[in-house]
Formats: sequence, C-alpha cells, structure tokens
Amino acid sequence: MENTSKLLMITPEKCISCGTCELACSLAHEGEFRPSKSRISVYRFEMGVTIPMTCFQCDSAACVAACRTSALVKDTESGIVNINSEKCIGCRMCEMACPFGNIAYNAVTKTPMKCDLCGGGDPECAKYCPTHAIEYVPADAAAIRKKYDFAAKIAGAIGGEAKI
Amino acid sequence: MYGWTGTVLRINLTEGTVQKEPLRTDDAEQYIGSRGLGSKYFVDEVDPTIDALGPENKLIYATGPLTGTMGVSTGRHDIIAKGPLNNTLAASNSGGYFGPEVKYAGYDMVIFEGKAEKPVYVYAYNGSVEIRDAAHLWGGKNVPDTTDILLAETDPDAKVSCIGPAGENLVLFAAIINDKHRAAGRTGIGAVMGSKNLKGFVVRGGTGGVKVADHAGFIKSVQDGRKKITDNPVTSAGLPAFGTNVLVNIINEVGGLPTRNWQEAYDPEAEMISGETQAKENLASAKGCSGCVIGCGRVEQAHGKFASSGEGPEYETTWAFGSDCGVTDVNAVLKANFLCNDLGLDTITMGSTIACAMELTEKGIIDRATTGTDLRFGNADAMVEMVEATAYRTGFGDALAEGSYRLADSYGHPELSMTVKKQEMPAYDPRAIQGIGLEYATSNRGGCHVRGGYTISPEVLGLPIKMDPATVEGGKPNILKIFQDLTAALSASGTCLFTSFAIGGDDIAAELTAATGVTYTADDVMKIGERIYNLERLFIMKAGYTKADDTLPPRLLNDPIPPAGPSKAR
Repeated sequence: MENTSKLLMITPEKCISCGTCELACSLAHEGEFRPSKSRISVYRFEMGVTIPMTCFQCDSAACVAACRTSALVKDTESGIVNINSEKCIGCRMCEMACPFGNIAYNAVTKTPMKCDLCGGGDPECAKYCPTHAIEYVPADAAAIRKKYDFAAKIAGAIGGEAKI
Repeated sequence: MYGWTGTVLRINLTEGTVQKEPLRTDDAEQYIGSRGLGSKYFVDEVDPTIDALGPENKLIYATGPLTGTMGVSTGRHDIIAKGPLNNTLAASNSGGYFGPEVKYAGYDMVIFEGKAEKPVYVYAYNGSVEIRDAAHLWGGKNVPDTTDILLAETDPDAKVSCIGPAGENLVLFAAIINDKHRAAGRTGIGAVMGSKNLKGFVVRGGTGGVKVADHAGFIKSVQDGRKKITDNPVTSAGLPAFGTNVLVNIINEVGGLPTRNWQEAYDPEAEMISGETQAKENLASAKGCSGCVIGCGRVEQAHGKFASSGEGPEYETTWAFGSDCGVTDVNAVLKANFLCNDLGLDTITMGSTIACAMELTEKGIIDRATTGTDLRFGNADAMVEMVEATAYRTGFGDALAEGSYRLADSYGHPELSMTVKKQEMPAYDPRAIQGIGLEYATSNRGGCHVRGGYTISPEVLGLPIKMDPATVEGGKPNILKIFQDLTAALSASGTCLFTSFAIGGDDIAAELTAATGVTYTADDVMKIGERIYNLERLFIMKAGYTKADDTLPPRLLNDPIPPAGPSKAR
C-alpha cells in the first residue's frame, strides 16, 4: 500500500527557539502551559542551533517491539504509535527502548507520554509554530520537498539561480 | 489561580530564611505583574532614600500573568530595585526563558532582601529553595562560565540568571544576565545583586505550569494578536530579518543617529555597521524568547582579530559601540557587545561612557597618562580594552565604571555627559526626532527609550500614525502619554514591547481577561499603565528628583545639529 499518512516535518534551520510548540502541546494535553510535560521538547544549543525533538512514529518502532502488553500499537492507517493506557503496566521498557529519547514517563498518571499527533488531525505544535519550522505534511510530499531543498542548496553552491 | 501562580517567594539573605506568601490579589489586579506589581511591592516595602547598594535595598524578580503562556511574545520578566546609577526605581526588563521558568517553579515574584555574609547563589526547584555557597564562583567568573557551572551543579534543564565580574565589582551600570545572553541591562541592578553577595539565581520548574481561565478565549485572543503581528511590516519583516539593527540606516537617514558622543547626528559610515551589513557578514541565526512570534534576537559572529560569537547586538548597542564611539569596524562592535554580556554590563551606558571619555581626550581634558591608552574616537582596540577594564575596575576602567556623568563631572565637564538623570540616552537624537526629547526628559528612570514612550514609532516608522519628526507640534505629548501607559501595561503583563508596533490596549486586555479570569477593558489597561507610571514618579520624587531634572543635556538644548546630515531640524 502507498504511504498516504502525514508526518511532522521539522526543519531546525527555521526554528527560532521560542518553544511555542511546547506551550501549545502542554496546553492541549495537560490543560496548562508546562513545557516539562510537553510531548515535544526544544533543545537549545549555542549559536542559535535549536532542535525540536518529538516521536517519529517509527514504522518498526522499538517502543512497540519492547512493549510486553501490546499497550503500544502502530496504527497503520493514521501512522500514529498509540498508547492504550489500560494495557500499560508502567514497566517503562518503551522509554528505555526508544533510541531517541522521545518517550517520557509521567509518574503521576503512571503512563508513558509521547506525541499522538493530536489524534492525527491538526497537531497543535505545527499549528502554532510561528516560523513553520514544524509542519504537518503528507509523508511523501515531505520527502520530495526535502530532496528539492537539498538540490536547491547544491544549485546555489554551483551558481544556479531560481528554479525554472 | 489563573495567569498568576498565586505565590510570592521571599528570601532574606541576611538571615538565610525563605518564606512563601500568598500573592496580594487586590494589588495584582490593580498592577497586573512584572514592572507594575513588582514596583508596587517594592515601593510599599522600601524607603526611597536608602543607599541603593546597601542591604536595605531589595531585588525583586517579577513576572506577569502572561509570562510563560503562549500569549503574543510573552516571555518577559522584570527585575526591580533602586538603581545605583541614578537612584531611580529601576525595573529592568529581560527576555529569554528565565521568566517563564520562575512561573513553572510556582512563583509570580521572588523578593531578595538583605545581604548574604558570604557569596551565595539560590536554587529554587519544584517547591524547594536552597541558599548555596558561591565562593567558587565569586572573584571574576564570567556569565557563561558561571551559568555552565550552576547548570552542572543543579539541573541541566534549569534556567540561570546571574552577574559577572561587573556586578561583583559594583560597576554602577552592571547588568543581570539570564540564559547567558539576555540582559536586564539598565540602571545598574547587577551592582545591587553584587552588593547582596548574590552571584546567581537558578530556577527549575518541572512540576508546575501556568493555567489560563478561558482556554478558547485565550487561544482566540492569541490568534487575533498574532494576525496583527504577521500583518505588520516591522514585526513580520524588518525585525525578523535584521533585528533591531534595521534602525541603523533608518535613523541615520533622518539625520538622527548620534555620532561621536552626540557632536554630530549623522554617521556617513553607518552602513558599515548596519543591520543589513550584519545580516550579510555576521548573522548566524535569528532567535526568539519564550513564546515569541517575532524572532528579533540575533546570534552573530565577529571575524578577524575580534573573532568571537554570542547573541546581539541590539540597535542601541551597535550605535553605542559604533557611531557614538566613531568606530566603523562591525567586528569590534560585536566583540564589545559580547564582552558586555559575558562580563555583565549595560551596553548603552558602557559605549556612551567610553564615547564621553573619547571626547574628554580629544578636547585635551584627559590624556594618555590618565587613560593608559589612546582613547580617541575610532580607536576600536582601545574601546574593546576599556570594556574589560571597566568590568574589573582596573586602571582607567575604575573611573569608567561610575558612568559618564560622574566621569565627566570629576573633570569639571558634566555637560559632556549625554545623560538625563545621570543615565545615558540611547541612539536617537531629539534635535532631529523631537518627540523622543520629551520622552528622554520625562522618563522615570532617566535617559531611556523604553520607559517614557517610544515616539520613534510614529515619528520615523509611521506607526500607528505618521508624525513629522522635525517638530514638537502635532499632538506629540498626547501620543507620548498613550505610549507611556501602554508600555507600562505591556511590561506588567509579561509581554514584549516590540508587539506594540502591531497590537494595542484592546489586544492586551483580551489576553489578560482570558488568562486571569479578571475582566479588563482597553481603558482599564491604559489606566493601569498610568497608575504604574505615577507610582514610579512618586518614588523618584521621594528619592530627590524634581521637575527641574526633567530636561536634556545642554548640548541638545543649545547646539544645533551640524549641517552635514539630512535633518533640517535644529
């Protein structure tokens, strides 16, 4: 089957470090502005380099493979790796398994915290990002645009003007 | 509570005690927060006649109800104290990420009282507060090193606000720097922190958040405000592309760019230090404070013998180390700016004080025997050298550390200090842009462009209406007062002043109402701004200022602008 799902495309070069994504996410998921409970985290480095980090919704997800109770399941239609909190036993294996650190554990609710793409409709982080550093776009289009952006960089380096 | 956290933290450094108090909600409603509410607490608790560097002074970190929310560019906090540079009520505003973290740690305000016996830092996290020894940080540790050590000793996700050597050495215009690069710059509050033996304040707020009363209403008010920001050419194009340095060429073209300690008002070489030049030669990336939708912050690199990097400069900094010192090497300007951030100095007063010393030198009032260097206009090496000397009070730096007024006065030439109420005026010549003269003269904290009302907006940028800069006519006092009140209210809410290019009292009222659950109208907001302004004015009157002090330096009143520039005004 063709991959028709959308994904969060993050372009760190466009990020201005404002953390609006964290604020929007925590308001939607926790009912308050609280970056420490956001499902997306903004990491700021010197020279203005900032990397927003969130779940990639991997196709072969390490967290899903590690989950002994099938509480974590990849929904092939929406592309979202979902958590069924009723099945979750709080072992935190998913947190350990994720190679990117993109699952946190909420000790109060005793469930993992990860990006759920706000159900797949209109993720809050992308909706409010002021510079479009985070966009919610069809997966194939994202790949094509990335290829184009990189081609444009090469073109610029060898003197190419605007695209014809 | 909504918007506000409802808790004030009080730390007595003399006694080593920590106390949590409920927020005075009646005052919170009347003064909102940050510059407003922090000043209200300060005025209620501190005698205006105290020594600013004595233990009776207090240092109040204050946030607004919108700080730490997704409001329109609401990542700001104020630090309030009596400022040692000129004994005014100093509310020094800063951005970055520190203010929001104070809220997430559970506090609207943190009040530091007394003086610690030995150097300390304070770490507040998740309801706990520790006063810790800072002996290993005291004695000249700069801001980046101090910040790195404090993060390593506490929590890598914590936020740090601290002083560098300038604050320790009681330089009268020392700044408090947060997030390594963001300054609560003016009036010398860094020296107040230093006088308390307080090296740094570290906060971490993992368990707290900021709630708003009306989610849907708040999001709508944010979306409405953001639309105005994106529709406005200054906030959507000029500031993101060039930062505040977009003003170098604009102000120079109206003949209002003070040059060589304000002897001229036009710099024929301004292009070499302009925002456009910096964007081409030095800019690494744009940066925004917490929740910012503008992104005016600069991350820049200096090259050649001044190779260095960091954040900034702002327009006023570029001007102070550039045109005002007659320096055309943009890399030297950047280097001086980064040094100020690292050492904890206010860039406007630092550059202006060096410019004043340069004029004293060129007029033969002081010489190399006094300064130890060839401190003439345009000498970039000497300028950079003097920044470091000031922070450590070595050699002639000890005299510069007192600011330009005391420096010029000590040589019998106070008229060469370009100050109002002993604080240096920033980068706009009121002879060419006349409304800003009224602003400088009446600002409650002396020479300053962000207190009395930024008339550059109507007089030069044409926002919200175009006014002729070359005249005092056209209702300028009225618009000045509107700006005074709006500015005070914006700061009180935790909002960045740059939003005021695009949004007004009605927008802030809508955000505040939805956030706090207290109903505010645009009229309420403006009235609160006026209340804050009057509160500050009453304090400085009790501190000894009179209306005779509401004036400009004699150069601006008596000397016409030299005819070289485009300004026809005199």
